[in-house]
Amino acid sequence: MTAWRDLARGVGRLWHPAAADRDAIDEVAHFLDEAAAAYEARGLSPDAARRAARLDVAPTATVDALRAAGWEHVVVTAMRDVHVAARRLRAAPAFTLVVALTLAVGIGTTTAIFGAVNPILFAPLPYSDANRIASIVEGRADGGWNGGTFAFFRELVERSRTLETIAVARPWQPTLGGASGPERLEGQRVSASYFAVFGVAPAIGRTFTAADDRAGAPPVVMLSDGLWRRRFDADPAIAGRTVTLDDAIVAVAGVLPASFENVLAPAAEIWMPLQYDMTEGRAWGHHLRTVGRLQRGATARGAADEINAIGRVFVAGHPDAYGPTNFVVRRLQDEITRSVRPALLVVLAAAGVLLMIACVNVTNLLLARGVQRRAEFALRAALGASRGRLVQQLLTESLLLAAVGGAAGMVVAAGGVRALVALSPPELPRVHAIGVDIAAFAFGAALTTAIAISVAILPALQAAHSDPHRDLQRGWRRGGGEHHRTRGVLVVAEVALAIVLLVSSGLLLRSLERLFAIDAGFRGHGVLTMQVQLVGRRFSEPRVAYRFFEDALDAVRRVPGVTSAAFTSQLPLSGDRDEYGAHFDATVTQQAGSVSAFRYAVSPGYFETLGIPIRDGRPFDDHDRAGTPLVAVISESLARHRFGTESALGQTVRIGPLDAAPYTIVGVATDVKQVSLAIDDADAVYVPASAAAATIHGGGGQFGDTVMSLVVRGRDDAPAPAAAIRQAIWSVDKDQPVVRVARLADLVAASAAERRFALLVFEAFALAALVLAAAGIYGVLAGSVAERVREIGIRAALGASRGDILELVLRQAMTLAGAGVVVGLAAAIIATRAIAAMLFGISALDPFTYASAVALLSAVAAMASGVPAWRAVRVDPAATLRAE
Amino acid sequence: MAEPTTDVIQGTLDMLILKTVSLEPMHGFGIGRRIEQISRGVFKVNPGSLLTALQRLERGGWLDAEWRDTPNARRARVYMLTRRGRRRLDAETEHWTRRVSAIARLLKAEG
Repeated sequence: MTAWRDLARGVGRLWHPAAADRDAIDEVAHFLDEAAAAYEARGLSPDAARRAARLDVAPTATVDALRAAGWEHVVVTAMRDVHVAARRLRAAPAFTLVVALTLAVGIGTTTAIFGAVNPILFAPLPYSDANRIASIVEGRADGGWNGGTFAFFRELVERSRTLETIAVARPWQPTLGGASGPERLEGQRVSASYFAVFGVAPAIGRTFTAADDRAGAPPVVMLSDGLWRRRFDADPAIAGRTVTLDDAIVAVAGVLPASFENVLAPAAEIWMPLQYDMTEGRAWGHHLRTVGRLQRGATARGAADEINAIGRVFVAGHPDAYGPTNFVVRRLQDEITRSVRPALLVVLAAAGVLLMIACVNVTNLLLARGVQRRAEFALRAALGASRGRLVQQLLTESLLLAAVGGAAGMVVAAGGVRALVALSPPELPRVHAIGVDIAAFAFGAALTTAIAISVAILPALQAAHSDPHRDLQRGWRRGGGEHHRTRGVLVVAEVALAIVLLVSSGLLLRSLERLFAIDAGFRGHGVLTMQVQLVGRRFSEPRVAYRFFEDALDAVRRVPGVTSAAFTSQLPLSGDRDEYGAHFDATVTQQAGSVSAFRYAVSPGYFETLGIPIRDGRPFDDHDRAGTPLVAVISESLARHRFGTESALGQTVRIGPLDAAPYTIVGVATDVKQVSLAIDDADAVYVPASAAAATIHGGGGQFGDTVMSLVVRGRDDAPAPAAAIRQAIWSVDKDQPVVRVARLADLVAASAAERRFALLVFEAFALAALVLAAAGIYGVLAGSVAERVREIGIRAALGASRGDILELVLRQAMTLAGAGVVVGLAAAIIATRAIAAMLFGISALDPFTYASAVALLSAVAAMASGVPAWRAVRVDPAATLRAE
Repeated sequence: MAEPTTDVIQGTLDMLILKTVSLEPMHGFGIGRRIEQISRGVFKVNPGSLLTALQRLERGGWLDAEWRDTPNARRARVYMLTRRGRRRLDAETEHWTRRVSAIARLLKAEG
């Protein structure tokens, strides 16, 4: 059929159903007239002719047949079905609400979590041939990691055949001058090959060339698209213009495209060539990120073999700069997701468990409803409804339910994604790539819809199959037992899954408690911290820099509310990580040796302000200044490692270069957690910042301490006002940026952000699982009580007390919950192995956690059985018997 | 009527209707009666099937239909063949003839 006329007629009938009906009736009526006339012409009486014609034509059926023909009839029926289905769902609001919410939670959380995990762990990084980009790090013999050196980068460029391009980068924070005031930027110093590794071409201008990267070459920068728009009004002729950076005039080489996502330093907006020279000491500093693009066909493993072969020779040739080193090559994606991968995978698994619970719950609720409606369907089948019609009706109902649940799920997903981004730990890479994942949504929605449909049409199939007479009889009595077993099994499964989530979140909660109970080595409460970064050429002279800090400290100490204040070159648990070699000379009992230790250049008052106890000797005081003998304080663990039971006091240590000046140890301080509460890595050397400044001459040298963190303790454990402190610093020099203002207590909390993130997600999931399990138990018990009203009435009539009846219901509840708990505990013992890496100071089999989970679930199960039990107790035996 | 009336052979109703209407524009009852008469009572068309078939053929564009007033204040729906309907009739007639003669040859074949 050509569709035009058919389509028009159908639409016309949908539009004017009354007119269409009139046409059909008129045509049939005319047919009837003609038929009757024909019979009359054959000699029948008018009445008889009319009767005979009616018999032939069957006018009602014929009009119906005319109406039912055509495609539009399907639409009409479907609309009627939707209408009926909506009415039925409205008639059972509790059922509808619970199913829709279950679907929403199941679909929504899965979508949100997958939307967060997928771009980070699974989707390729946004570069051409992203799998060929590799990261190279140096593994130390003690299991720690080092950054790469410029020297080894040069060696690789020279010798590597598996790497097509190699680049190095380090963080850089220049200050951009301009009419709108100085602005501190995040940026990177990079080798000229950096953008080639990522396969990025500039949107404007050019990228760096090898000539730009030579020491002493005229400085040039590349801008990010964001910075170009924000500070340069998207000037299309920016290439070749100059900008003021750190008091110097610098030419702009080009602008990167907006699509360039710099996963190594997501906040970076400006890039400058590294311009290192092999004659400089810093060519041997382990402070560079090394990345490379593999040759087509080369594997990370092959590259690792080659790089280690090159490395062995190189390390052997430079024993002063390199200890035993294992060069590790990973896909860049693996490298940047390494710290968050366990947490994300665990969270993804938890979302899967929640989706399973949602599926079980939906199955359960629909089965219960199907049992309740069996009588209705038997009746309709008895009245002549075809099996197809019943299935269609139920299908419509389930699809409507699934659509409502899916829409609510989309809302949950959108909210969930937002919450995840807000809660995400700071190390989470590619945060802005997180979004509602349509594929995941479709998967969740399709799964739950398929379940809804397959479960929902069961009663219709049964109604059409079975003997309406028997079902009607049974239905009136609301009997039917075989479904109870199925639903009981489902509730047990639900409870078991809920136990798994409860135990997991309990273990994470207890880990976090243990972690925060750890002594960080200092009293963070009431301490405010901020970072002061010196800008300007004159501060390249360390003594000038130190004088500024000294003046600023004096000003800060005069701020009302400040009880003590100090500066330090690195702050515990803030992400700072300055490690250097600490060298000890041979003594009577000890051989000479070097260890890697955190180096803190601090002002007097640092130990007092942070509340770090001095175990032995003395802290620094105002006499430890330039010109006096060099003194140092070392950490307890370093003292123990190096000197054992001997006193460390009076011994000497050199830090940094092997030929550095020796410091005399005058004190031993308590160990402080520097990297994380969970990591014991406490070897540390403290030196007075004044002395450090005095021993270095010109050019920034080894330790250009131009970035210092201020720590301020307020009165009565109340942090002093940040604004007043900042003003005090600016009273010394108003051009110095003050950044990273934070309470030390918050830094401590943030250092456990990944565990906290996983815990929050698990807690939310466990709560949802608990609610779903409660809904499941309630649904089964409520249905069971409703179906056993007669039995309960008879028992009551035969003298069963209220207590007996209560026991009847509660025993059923506890049997279900108990079986679920047993299965759940077994499952949890296996499943919690997956989160073992996230646990701290607690066994994955911690009995207290398991017992708490069981207790909580039992309490919830008891609450869920409360209403059905109450209903059972209230059954009136007289009324029941009368109904018989 | 000596021979029993039968339903129309499966799948031929459309062709019979088109053929009948091709003689002259007609309403539903007239078409049914004409099929019965011409087949000498061999085929009796069920009114429900006939009217739904007419509706289908009209919507498919093989027939046109128009309402005409009748003397006894009823509306009669009169059907007429379209060009598209004519083409289909020709095609189906040819197809049918070929099949019938093939069957006839088979039945006459001597073994």
